[in-house]
Amino acid sequence: MQALTNRVKVVERKPMSFLERMYLPAIFKGMMITFSHIFKKKPTINYPEIQRPFSPVFRGLQVLNRDEEGRENCTACGLCAVACPAEAITMEAAERQPGEEHLYREEKYAAKYEINMLRCIFCGLCEEACPKDAIYLSETFTPADYQRKQFIYAKNDLLIPHPVNEPEAYKKALGNKSNKEKVS
Amino acid sequence: MMLAIDLAMVIEKLVLIVVVVSASLVIAMYTTFAERKVAAILQDRRGPNRAGPFGLLQPLADGLKLFFKEEIIPNFSSKFLFILGPALAMLTAVMTSAVIPWGDKISFFGRDVSLQIADINIGVLYVFGVVSLGVYGIMIGSWASNNKFSLMGGLRAASQIISYELAMGISLIALLMVTGTLSLKEMVVQQQQGGWGGFLGWNILKQPLGFLIFLICAFAECNRTPFDLPEAENELIGGYHTEYSSMKLGFYLFAEYINMFISSVIMATLFFGGYDMPFVDEAGLSPNIAALIGVAALMGKVIFFIFLFMWVRWTIPRFRYDQLMHLGWRILIPLALFNMLVTGAVILYFNK
Repeated sequence: MQALTNRVKVVERKPMSFLERMYLPAIFKGMMITFSHIFKKKPTINYPEIQRPFSPVFRGLQVLNRDEEGRENCTACGLCAVACPAEAITMEAAERQPGEEHLYREEKYAAKYEINMLRCIFCGLCEEACPKDAIYLSETFTPADYQRKQFIYAKNDLLIPHPVNEPEAYKKALGNKSNKEKVS
Repeated sequence: MMLAIDLAMVIEKLVLIVVVVSASLVIAMYTTFAERKVAAILQDRRGPNRAGPFGLLQPLADGLKLFFKEEIIPNFSSKFLFILGPALAMLTAVMTSAVIPWGDKISFFGRDVSLQIADINIGVLYVFGVVSLGVYGIMIGSWASNNKFSLMGGLRAASQIISYELAMGISLIALLMVTGTLSLKEMVVQQQQGGWGGFLGWNILKQPLGFLIFLICAFAECNRTPFDLPEAENELIGGYHTEYSSMKLGFYLFAEYINMFISSVIMATLFFGGYDMPFVDEAGLSPNIAALIGVAALMGKVIFFIFLFMWVRWTIPRFRYDQLMHLGWRILIPLALFNMLVTGAVILYFNK
């Protein structure tokens, strides 16, 4: 029969020699291979102590943004909820009362803003849909929890710390969001 | 007067027993840790490193976990035997350490204390007797749990250990012909006499084939890979300890590690000069320091053998059952007989 390719390897099926039948040289060879692995570099990263840097396009937990005076950016327009393919976002709008100007940037704000983290697929469409730069995806994971209802994040869980009152926490929460904008 | 001496003797032996048993328990404990660490390193992983520095408290955590687990005794098991099984496995594993010479004499408050619990003149036979009892722990436990898989594991363990004990015994006979004694202490003393600092007296040089057979059989006796068919987890669930839980399971696993430790000690004693450290006897150190160095030397050899056990475990896959029996009956036993006959002929020829 003509060979179809020239890559055929003929397997030799001759009986084993005495040395091969003793198996001990082969076992010793195998043991040398396993021994050599002692000196190999381990690919594992010691997670809690050493954390790999996130990719600049990483999409983690959502954060509701404030402006530099600490006023909430969100105007409860609902574009994020419309954009959300998993329908994870619900909100209720309210009108800003006189005297609340230091809390909300514009005359309408979100009285209730909830994201169900069990539904969220972290696609980042809410961030893209937002006209007010009020929501963005940070570089943190959603922490594990024991109950389902704990995964419905209310506005207090999502809001970024106040930049004037708690500047350090604000900086930490901001992460390298500024870098992210440069990349995109 | 006699009573006083006897009392001192009793105290000395009791202290020695407590030290030896607790030391072998601690060593077995840390062998479980070493096993996981060695496995991890050989497979380019890190192994347990969360509990304590470098994960050194891991065995304590494991033990604590086993103690706090629910103790389940199956309804249809034979309760007395079910409890007797792991107890027997543990008991026989620890008992072997009685005749092992851990070191030379040390003088302590003007008393010469021999670092051996009992220097009986049939030391090797005692070890053999107790080790063969060890299989009863597995057999009784597996039969008592009233489970097919357990029973199959137990049957495998029984037939495997009996098969390999034959070859082990015959390979040992050749060694006994060379040494002419059954006492482990005397064997070590003989091995210390050889040239080149005592190194040339080691029995491994006189009985290399015997050692190889003994080593393979020791692997089989300890139910270690490639001979771990009794607990082949992908065929028999857990083998003989399928129905066991909590500390009874812990005893079975622990007994395996103690057995490993003890057979390493025995191999070191029989073939590698026991507590003999080359060039130490000749150096003219004070006897106490020399004895301590001897203990350290024995431990070093033991650690090497334990590492060898693990190294082989993470290299070689398990035997098929017929291969196991083929190796035991048709290769090792004829080889051991051949070794015995050649040794006998050589001894007769030189008219030793």
